[in-house]
Amino acid sequence: MGVATYIKDENDAIKEVILQSGIKVKPVYTPEDLERVGFDYEKDLGNPGEFPFTRSLHPLGYRSRNWTTRQYTGFGTPDQTNERFKLMIANGQTGLNVAFDLPTQMGYDSDDPMAEGEVGRVGMAIDSLRDFEIAFKDIQLNRIGSGLTINAVASVMLAMYQAMAEKFGYKKTEISATPQNDILKEMVGRGAWIYPVEPAVRLIGDTIEYSMTELPRCNPVSVAGYHIRESGCTPAQEISYAFMIAFAYIDNVVARGYKAEDFVGRFSFNLNIYGNLWENVAKFRAARKLWAKLLRERYAVQDKKALFLRGIFGGGGSGMTKQQPENNIMRGAYYALTAALSGAQTTALCSFDEAYTIPTERAALLSLRTFQILMDEIGLRDTIDPLAGSYFLETLTKEMEGKILEEMEKVEKMGGMVKAVASGYVQAEVSRQAYEFEKKLQEGLVKKVGVNEYTEGVDMEVELFEYNEEWANLQIERLKELRKTRDNRAVKESLKALEKAARDEQNVMPFLVECCRNYATVGEMANVFRDVFGEWTEPNIF
Amino acid sequence: MGQRKIRVLLAKPGLDGHDRGAKVVAHALREAGMEVIYTGLHQTVPSIVKQALQEDVDVIGLSIMSGAHIPISRKLMQLIKEENLDDKIVVVGGVIPSRDIAPLKELGVDGIFPGGAYFDEIVQFIKEKAAA
Repeated sequence: MGVATYIKDENDAIKEVILQSGIKVKPVYTPEDLERVGFDYEKDLGNPGEFPFTRSLHPLGYRSRNWTTRQYTGFGTPDQTNERFKLMIANGQTGLNVAFDLPTQMGYDSDDPMAEGEVGRVGMAIDSLRDFEIAFKDIQLNRIGSGLTINAVASVMLAMYQAMAEKFGYKKTEISATPQNDILKEMVGRGAWIYPVEPAVRLIGDTIEYSMTELPRCNPVSVAGYHIRESGCTPAQEISYAFMIAFAYIDNVVARGYKAEDFVGRFSFNLNIYGNLWENVAKFRAARKLWAKLLRERYAVQDKKALFLRGIFGGGGSGMTKQQPENNIMRGAYYALTAALSGAQTTALCSFDEAYTIPTERAALLSLRTFQILMDEIGLRDTIDPLAGSYFLETLTKEMEGKILEEMEKVEKMGGMVKAVASGYVQAEVSRQAYEFEKKLQEGLVKKVGVNEYTEGVDMEVELFEYNEEWANLQIERLKELRKTRDNRAVKESLKALEKAARDEQNVMPFLVECCRNYATVGEMANVFRDVFGEWTEPNIF
Repeated sequence: MGQRKIRVLLAKPGLDGHDRGAKVVAHALREAGMEVIYTGLHQTVPSIVKQALQEDVDVIGLSIMSGAHIPISRKLMQLIKEENLDDKIVVVGGVIPSRDIAPLKELGVDGIFPGGAYFDEIVQFIKEKAAA
């Protein structure tokens, strides 16, 4: 959900507006407010494309380059997903955002008992390179970038993506993949973690280090404040936690003797949009500015492009409601508008049926059309950062900046994000926020159309995506066939080499690529790490 | 029932890691005076039943967001029967389309609370069932 809290009098007049991040909104803003917060054009905004990039990363914003649209896509078998990829691209989508099923995300093969009932359900099932070869068939990998929504085994998938692209004749230097690869946020929200905190962060360090020289067009990490926000934190906390997580990964690679300047430019972020329009636009503008400033201060990064907060700003699933689901089409349109007003480089929307299940083809296409209407009909490409200079928005951007720094300070005091997650501090704080918010919603202090007001009337029924258990059987048959026909000796040897690299703290990436080339399965590779690293035990926060 | 607090095991079965709902409900049940034991993520049905036995709970609550609520509930109800735990109150919450409510009831699930259910509704249901 995620809208502001409104205190009203008996005549429905608004007495007070409190944004989720805790900032009170005044009825009117004037130049005095800008003075109060110490607003300075050069220092706080700068021109588009200039430090601190509050207004835009590029001098001409959407005029020079339309945003990239990347709907989260994937279900069933690799064949079905390949068809959907092609449909979305044929309809004007400019990047892919790949959804994997839960067994793949958790490092289990499709025939593992733990995978039962889940194969191909919330994304596509991938067991080996053979599946990737099917999923990405006929996709121009030197033109279309792929976001890979995978975390605990992101290193495995990035290696598999490289092996697949090379098999199709592409050079590894020309492909662009963005594995999500953010395990700390999985531990706070989302929950697709396997290994303990320290080795899990090391694996991320390995992918960053490897990408610097081997996969220069890949973005090895997409730090996802998005999911922490979905789990209930405030918009300010979303940015604070994302930045603290990013610092944890940077520190891991810096400790290997590299300069942040040499790799941080390939970092990207995945951030969330739902709820209050103003709070979100201010959040993104403040985030772009703070990221550039903090990288300069903490890591002495000078290169302009390395200071960019690049990423995907996407419409969040938590804003969508199960009740009156067609209302979500309108919500999605406003979230997309928010993304455009915030200068999002890349965007995606949860489709209107996603409060129930993964989207139908029709729902996914409607989301894509939403973006296209905004950019081609409504005029969002006309001028850069159109809300700049608003007394209200500039004041709010400054206030958001303060809130973000305040929350970062709390994590800093705990010794950084690795410690704050290992101890359960962040998880406890996020679930407390979620509970407080839910209470307000149930008490009616926070309004949600069709949920706690205007609930009567049409009870809309929508057509839903149907999962077919037959897909799992097909996938399992294919996997069994693979195990019979591949060179099992080569598989065994490469897995052994991988295990040694994992134990000796060598970078595991070249070894994973070799395993993938030999058609080792995701489960086999993930189990090597399970043996060496063990599994994480969640801190008890109750 | 006397003074004994109602004991609830809140479980996240399967691979789905979305635990916002489970944690929020844990807060609410605790505030309503119940004892809540949260299993954490990635539990198997046998491990959930084992914990229900060990903790001697009155209620087993499953939170499922992935869409696999029917196969998982089927498995749980079977094992509960085998272990003679038929007296436990079973509730399921999560992303549950209305068309799946009847099949879940047929499996023997006592209460079904799709996302957005009010805390009061859940609390009252459990209290009434536990008193019966």
